[in-house]
Amino acid sequence: MIAFLRRRPGLLPLLLLAPAIAWLVAFYVYPALQMLQASLWSGTLETGFVFSWANAATYSTALDRYSDQFLRSILYAAVSTVVCLLLAFPLAYTIAYRAGRFRTLLLFIVIAPFFTSFLLRVLAWKTVLGDDGFLLGPLKSIGALPEDFRILATPIAVIFGISYNFFPFMVLPIYVSLEKIDRRLVEAAKDLYAGPVRAFQRITLPLALPGVFAGSLLVFIPAMGDFVNAELLGSVQTRLIGNVIQSRFLVNNDYPTAAALSFMLMAGILAAVFMYARVLGTDELESGIG
Amino acid sequence: MLRWLGRNALRAYTGLALLYLLLPIFIVALFSFNDPVGKTNYTWVGFTLSHWANLFAIPGLLDSVVVSIRIAFISTLAATTLGTLAALALVRYQFRGRPATSLFIFLPLATPEIILGASLLTLFVAIGQPPFFPLNEFTILIAHITFNISYVIVTVRARLSGFDRRLEEASADLGADGWQTFWRVTFPLILPGIAAASLLAFSLSIDDFVITNFTAGRTTTFPMFVWGSARVGVPPQVNAIGTIFFVVAVSAVAIGSFLQRRRA
Repeated sequence: MIAFLRRRPGLLPLLLLAPAIAWLVAFYVYPALQMLQASLWSGTLETGFVFSWANAATYSTALDRYSDQFLRSILYAAVSTVVCLLLAFPLAYTIAYRAGRFRTLLLFIVIAPFFTSFLLRVLAWKTVLGDDGFLLGPLKSIGALPEDFRILATPIAVIFGISYNFFPFMVLPIYVSLEKIDRRLVEAAKDLYAGPVRAFQRITLPLALPGVFAGSLLVFIPAMGDFVNAELLGSVQTRLIGNVIQSRFLVNNDYPTAAALSFMLMAGILAAVFMYARVLGTDELESGIG
Repeated sequence: MLRWLGRNALRAYTGLALLYLLLPIFIVALFSFNDPVGKTNYTWVGFTLSHWANLFAIPGLLDSVVVSIRIAFISTLAATTLGTLAALALVRYQFRGRPATSLFIFLPLATPEIILGASLLTLFVAIGQPPFFPLNEFTILIAHITFNISYVIVTVRARLSGFDRRLEEASADLGADGWQTFWRVTFPLILPGIAAASLLAFSLSIDDFVITNFTAGRTTTFPMFVWGSARVGVPPQVNAIGTIFFVVAVSAVAIGSFLQRRRA
């Protein structure tokens, strides 16, 4: 075996890659195709499912029936992405340029939420944002807010929860691209009489854009699939496409509809990722994860 | 004046942002000491240590923690092995199709978890129709290895990119064969990257809810236990377990970075 590889050194990387790629083909690619097939099934869990192209109507029925939830998911994901961007940029800027020896500590705090259970974090916000919780309770008792004012069970709570959960995915890529900027460019701009605002507009911001795009994608994608925040912090009026997919699959056993909805969601997202990767590559995206 | 204001506004903002990040972690820990009236644990009533003293008094909680740890352990081991091999190939060799392979490996990370879970569920349903493929710890394990492989590859590769290949050449010049070079030079150099990747994989697995929810059947992992109890009221013991997980993870990271600094 080793002697064989010595004669054909080109085979070694393929051999190293083969197990991981085979696994991903078997349990990522193949299930996705299986889902496409399942979306064209008819039948029930009890009687078994039958495949037919004639079942393509499932797609139009599903889109018709759940267009509200689809649009709501897009809206909430977009708003959460903008909120994350506005909150994350100043923080990433501070960590990159102003943190000094605290930089590592600050970066660690950014990812610290990932070390607590995801569900417990969402439930913690339920405690904080609760009708008589830490935030609203005191404001209500001094009369600054009416008694029936609430954040929980509103779109604001859901968007807040989504933004919190995916916030680190925005901070990290922006930080990485800010950190890469050659600060001498900013000094040069200042030597050429640019004020701090102009230097930021013309140098820092454009060079940070790859990080901004990567972060936006890394927040928008998981936000599109959310159902946990909508379920725990929202109400029936804030149901997202994720909630529909989850309940069609796990409560109603309506696999064809659920598969059709999942497939449309996946196709939309993968199209966005491919376009992004073609234009900007995947380096910045990976910096938000690795 | 303007500059002073700018700098301090940024500082104040950073403080607020850090508070925002850490507040839920603090709340989770705080409410493990709460003494709630009734089942829901959302309002502060009074301090007690009794939940910490009776950590596993809640039926099913200990089992769910054991299941989660077992799945996290096995899936980390499998994903780290497969992922490290692939990362080595991607960093150290030039071959045709390398950019496409990188994009392919990235795709599972860019797929919403709900889709990963749903498509695996469809696969398991389709395999045994009927009778259906049983959903259990084994199917959860398959799911966790799947999402962890990509995370491991990306993490190990990021740590390997500064790897100096001349060290391996030097080893070969000194008469070491390929095997010796790998174990004496390459492996010690990539070990911190592998350690970081397995820590990431372990914490992703032990905390995963969305994908597990689709592939678990009746198996209850710790996050599944939390989800199940969220409807009726999460017992403070669950907060205590969450706090223990947090402290263990943070300690592991701290020890890891300490060891690495001492080596450097």
